[in-house]
Amino acid sequence: MAQKSFRQALNEALHHEMRRDPNVIVLGEDVAGGSGASGQKDAWGGAFGVTKGLLGAFGPARVRDTPITESAFVGAAAGAAMTGLRPVAEIMFVDFLGVCFDQIFNQAAKFRYMFGGKAVTPLVIRATYGAGTRSASQHSQALYPIFTHVPGLKVVIPSSPYDAKGLLIQAIRDNDPVIFLENKVLYDTVGEVPDGAYTVPFGEAHIVREGGDATIVALGRMVHFAREAAEILAAEGIDCTVLDPRTTSPLDEDTLLEMAEETGRVVIVDEANPRCGMAADISSIIAEKAFGALKAPIMKVTAPHTPVPYAPNLEAAYIPDAKRIADAVRKAVAFKRS
Amino acid sequence: MTGLQLSREELLKAYRLMRMIRVFEDRVSAEMASGDIPGNTHLYAGQEASAVGICLHLSESDRIASTHRGHGHCIAKGCDVDGMMAEIFGKDTGICRGKGGSMHIADLSKGMLGANGIVGGAPPIACGAALTSQILGRNDVSVAFTGDGGINQGTTAESMNLAQVWKLPVIFAVEDNGFGEATASSFVVAGEITKRAEALGMAFAKVDGVDFFAVHEAAGEAVERARRGEGPTLLHIETPRYYGHFSGDPDNYRTAEEKAAMRRDRDCLPRFRRRVDEAKLLGLDELDKIDAEVQAAIDQAVSAARSAPQPALSSLTTDVYVRY
Repeated sequence: MAQKSFRQALNEALHHEMRRDPNVIVLGEDVAGGSGASGQKDAWGGAFGVTKGLLGAFGPARVRDTPITESAFVGAAAGAAMTGLRPVAEIMFVDFLGVCFDQIFNQAAKFRYMFGGKAVTPLVIRATYGAGTRSASQHSQALYPIFTHVPGLKVVIPSSPYDAKGLLIQAIRDNDPVIFLENKVLYDTVGEVPDGAYTVPFGEAHIVREGGDATIVALGRMVHFAREAAEILAAEGIDCTVLDPRTTSPLDEDTLLEMAEETGRVVIVDEANPRCGMAADISSIIAEKAFGALKAPIMKVTAPHTPVPYAPNLEAAYIPDAKRIADAVRKAVAFKRS
Repeated sequence: MTGLQLSREELLKAYRLMRMIRVFEDRVSAEMASGDIPGNTHLYAGQEASAVGICLHLSESDRIASTHRGHGHCIAKGCDVDGMMAEIFGKDTGICRGKGGSMHIADLSKGMLGANGIVGGAPPIACGAALTSQILGRNDVSVAFTGDGGINQGTTAESMNLAQVWKLPVIFAVEDNGFGEATASSFVVAGEITKRAEALGMAFAKVDGVDFFAVHEAAGEAVERARRGEGPTLLHIETPRYYGHFSGDPDNYRTAEEKAAMRRDRDCLPRFRRRVDEAKLLGLDELDKIDAEVQAAIDQAVSAARSAPQPALSSLTTDVYVRY
């Protein structure tokens, strides 16, 4: 199977779906780039190059550079979704969804419920997330817990090129609004990706690795650190399961509980801030439903309750890493009931 | 005289819809006072000529997005009045199965994309519907209803810009009833509303919203412009708001004299009757007959809504997703 980057995997997914369904459109700031200018067309193909080539393949009606007005184009994407299109709106940084929360929370997410089940809103909002690029507090957050909290939204966080392609195709074919979050540090990571179209279903966790001593639950980029930690621990004789939920809404509770019960020790890694985050949420589910199987307290490895800092040493300390994960697992394994 | 070229059927329909909105709203106000309507309502009475003057140009495949003061737009766009009344009473037979209430009445099959609890909620949605029409090569237009409150929202400014640069087939119907909640628009709206369109190079018109024929004519030009692919129009429609902001608002920020004068001098219904009578287009007896029919229809809607069942408790958790 061909080795492809996370970015290329996403790009292929968009090409597939735009070819397959004329109702799929892509809009956002500089998704082509160069519109109205004298130089190259499709100059950027998105701020991170994910939509490169779509303009040439599908034309300016379906691949639209927008004004820098997220409320207008995300709201319009919601309205277009409700009336028959399948828009994929790109937001450069998930942080910018702060300027159009209303369009997501009060409009797109709620059309179906408040209209008594009559509305179908097949909208995908793609955005980058995550720290690690010296982009500071307004370009680095991991805001998926906020979207996970809202009924009516689905939230997807791929960790590998394979999942990125399959989950994005699923998101575009899905009939509910989807928040699709791409960790920008992962764009150049490489993995096996089939050439054809395929879907990865929502709500099905991926068991990345199996081991009987502890279960590490991780999302997005954190999956990579969890694997790294598991390898370090394996050398010490501690065998870990690494579980990637892949979607936080819907959440694969069955597999989470099954893995928690099998190992009796759970460490949850979350790049988001700790309060009301995914680590807290998953922890509460396991504490409530698998309490009897636990051999140690559930451990959480998260960012601190701070904005994302700029200085490289501070940012490095902000992001959970393999060492902190391994330490948490060791602590869980060493735990003795007094 | 403009608009008087309308057919008898169209004139009768326009009058029936305006009367239906008035009687519906007056009745909702009375029922609110009885305490049997569970939520809140924002009444459209006084503004009927705006909704009807615009929507008379639209077919079911054209779309509108509305406001918290949306009952009039819903009726004008063809929503079922029984279903609307039942919705306001929070019943299972409601147009949204009792899940939306007054502020979320919608019927997508009629091109009514929802009343909206957020001021400035409609413009992005209407732009989206217009984008669908444009991309699929249809001739449909959409209308964003907003008000003198909504004109100040960023969503409206952003949407007007988007519509103009993309030449979207959309009409921004700014119903200026003089008040955003309890604050006079003169206190919070800077400059002329039409100038905001002019600054974008967008077509615009300022219209007397008490005059059905004036609204109908201006809206007709805007709809035709949109259907020709020539882009959006802003209509600044000056209209009275008979009730307070919400049902039960003491409306003490306006003097009794001002309110009495508004109802005496700025009522689209007698104005319409006078016009069609003077031009001998319709007989007043025909209009009186419509008044009686509308009254009976609203009586029936209220009695059906009162006796309808509440939603089943099992519906609490349905309709969140298509599939989850």
